[in-house]
Amino acid sequence: MEKNNLKAWLYLLPALLFIAVFLVYPLVDVFIYSFEEGYNFASQSFFGIGFYNYKFVLNDPYFIKALVNTFILVIITVPVSTILALLISMGLSSIKALRNLFQTIYFLPYVTNTLAVGMVFMILFKKTAYSDGLVNAVLSLFNIAPVDFIDGPYWAKMFVLCFYTVWVVLPFKIIILTSALASVKKEYYDAAKIDGTSSFRVFRKITLPMISPMIFYLVITGFIGAFKAYSDVVAIFGTDLNNAGMNTLVGYIYDMLYGDSGGYPSYASSAAIILFLIVLTVTTINLLVSKKRVHY
Amino acid sequence: MKVVLKHVDKEFPSKTKGADSVFAVKDFDFEFPEGKLVGLLGPSGCGKSTTLNLISGLLRPTKGEIFFDSIDMTNTPAEKRGVGLVFQNYALYPHLSVLNNILFPLQNLKGKDKLTKEEMLKRAHDAAELVEISHLLDRKPASLSGGQQQRVAIARALVKKPNVLLLDEPLSNLDARLRLQTREEIRRIQKETKVTTIFVTHDQDEAMSISDLIVVMNEGSIQQIGAPQEVYDNPKNLFVAKFLGIPPINVFDGEIRENSLYIGDEKITSFAYGKNTAVKIAIRPEGLIPSEDGVLSAKFSSVEVMGRDISVIAQHPASSGKIRAIVSSVNSQNICYDSVKFSVAENKLFVFDSESGERLLADKSQVQEGKSKSAGKPKTTKKKAQTK
Repeated sequence: MEKNNLKAWLYLLPALLFIAVFLVYPLVDVFIYSFEEGYNFASQSFFGIGFYNYKFVLNDPYFIKALVNTFILVIITVPVSTILALLISMGLSSIKALRNLFQTIYFLPYVTNTLAVGMVFMILFKKTAYSDGLVNAVLSLFNIAPVDFIDGPYWAKMFVLCFYTVWVVLPFKIIILTSALASVKKEYYDAAKIDGTSSFRVFRKITLPMISPMIFYLVITGFIGAFKAYSDVVAIFGTDLNNAGMNTLVGYIYDMLYGDSGGYPSYASSAAIILFLIVLTVTTINLLVSKKRVHY
Repeated sequence: MKVVLKHVDKEFPSKTKGADSVFAVKDFDFEFPEGKLVGLLGPSGCGKSTTLNLISGLLRPTKGEIFFDSIDMTNTPAEKRGVGLVFQNYALYPHLSVLNNILFPLQNLKGKDKLTKEEMLKRAHDAAELVEISHLLDRKPASLSGGQQQRVAIARALVKKPNVLLLDEPLSNLDARLRLQTREEIRRIQKETKVTTIFVTHDQDEAMSISDLIVVMNEGSIQQIGAPQEVYDNPKNLFVAKFLGIPPINVFDGEIRENSLYIGDEKITSFAYGKNTAVKIAIRPEGLIPSEDGVLSAKFSSVEVMGRDISVIAQHPASSGKIRAIVSSVNSQNICYDSVKFSVAENKLFVFDSESGERLLADKSQVQEGKSKSAGKPKTTKKKAQTK
């Protein structure tokens, strides 16, 4: 061991260098900025050090709105998309004919550009002076009054956002779960069959535990991904998210850095640190829960 | 409960278009006797596992019928047949403890068969005790050795008190020492439970040592059925003779001339047979005895020492491979290390038709049968072989 130490560090050096420069240094820097009040990029100066940035951010109604939006998005889309993906991949695994066709169809959103898809959603849902949009046209068939999903009530906008997010994250989850299902050995099902196990019990007692590591992986990455939602929101609601009341945490950070009045790196930094702490906490809780539920 | 297969065929459609479908099992017709341990023996791809799956209900036969006692099970789904199946790689649920694995079949029971928690636990503990794994109940399968996992799998198959216990290559994942021990275990468990047991193996040693009956299969059809020693001592055809026995039997191209057997120019023994014909002569390694006045001379190549016995390896132009004689190491001094002469033990010598591979017997009354079997059939015939 001792002898190879130098060599080992040498091999690790390129990766370590990149991590240090592009990950560790910015993280530390952001952490420092978040305590420097009124930091100015141009002059590299600040007024003082303290918790004022955090106090400001946490009292900013826009931040609170972004926080609430993000939490709603996370809480709805992660379970819904995971369960939907599980159902779809179970369906895919149990059919033979047209399986490849369906797999391709389900995977298409994954290779489509976020902004392009956002445009499509806007066309589907937007209500203008000239047209009610496709979704409203369908709704009107059932005598439901048209709703403006893009500029209308909050729940309608949130619905579009969640719908969109679920649709975008589904393909990846389906791919992962389909392969996870395929990797469960046939003998387990044969053994269960010989013992007369009901299909619900087979699912609950065999399939689910066997693919639990993959489900867990999807939940964790799903949480992290949803907490970092931004481009999807921009694609549907445009860049003036605070005005639309649809801002997210990452959107808030971006606005603080570059927004119209722009240039509050200190506030942006403390918001970023808060987001980091939230993701860290949620992931830790996930890991703790998974210890009991996930079987490797 | 006895298991009866009546002219069972299993045909798998070919994957490529135009090609013929494959018969995994062909005309399997046999009654597995109640309470016995029967070994299905054959090389890989001979259809023995398929036969097992047909009995378990995981596969349905293309033709023929399957009965458990007098109940027609041909189209009964696996879960209603009441069979216990031990898989080759055990198929223990890795996320469940040993106890929960054994409990699993019991927890499936519904309706009038439903057991209380206490009954389930009692049955599971009884099964665990039978296979001697009571001290491992809290462990996960991954933390057990291969032999222990095997026992858990057997306990899981036995806990629901199956009509028939099926074992698919039960010992192939164990190391040599464990294999010996486990096969004794299987024998003991079978004797204790008296459950009709059918097990599949490609290892003749395994089949011979613990079975009441062995069924030798090749290319989907039964070659011979009988008690292990009987099949070994009296093989029905060349395939069975070659397949049973370690080291393998020595096969020579020979001929019958004037009621005598010849290998090359050497007369081996007299053999009453109606006509002169080319034959295959098979002699078990223990039937070749090196001696100075032997009838078969061969070119000596080497000696293999195997502890208890030694093998004399020699070459003979009438035999394609090496020929091997097993000699107990006590009388090894007789061997002349240049060319060897062997005398032949007649009860270890078998004569087969060189075309069909069917056994030819010197007995007059058997001559007719030998003829009818060899008539224009391809290498292995589909004739079912009943010895008794």
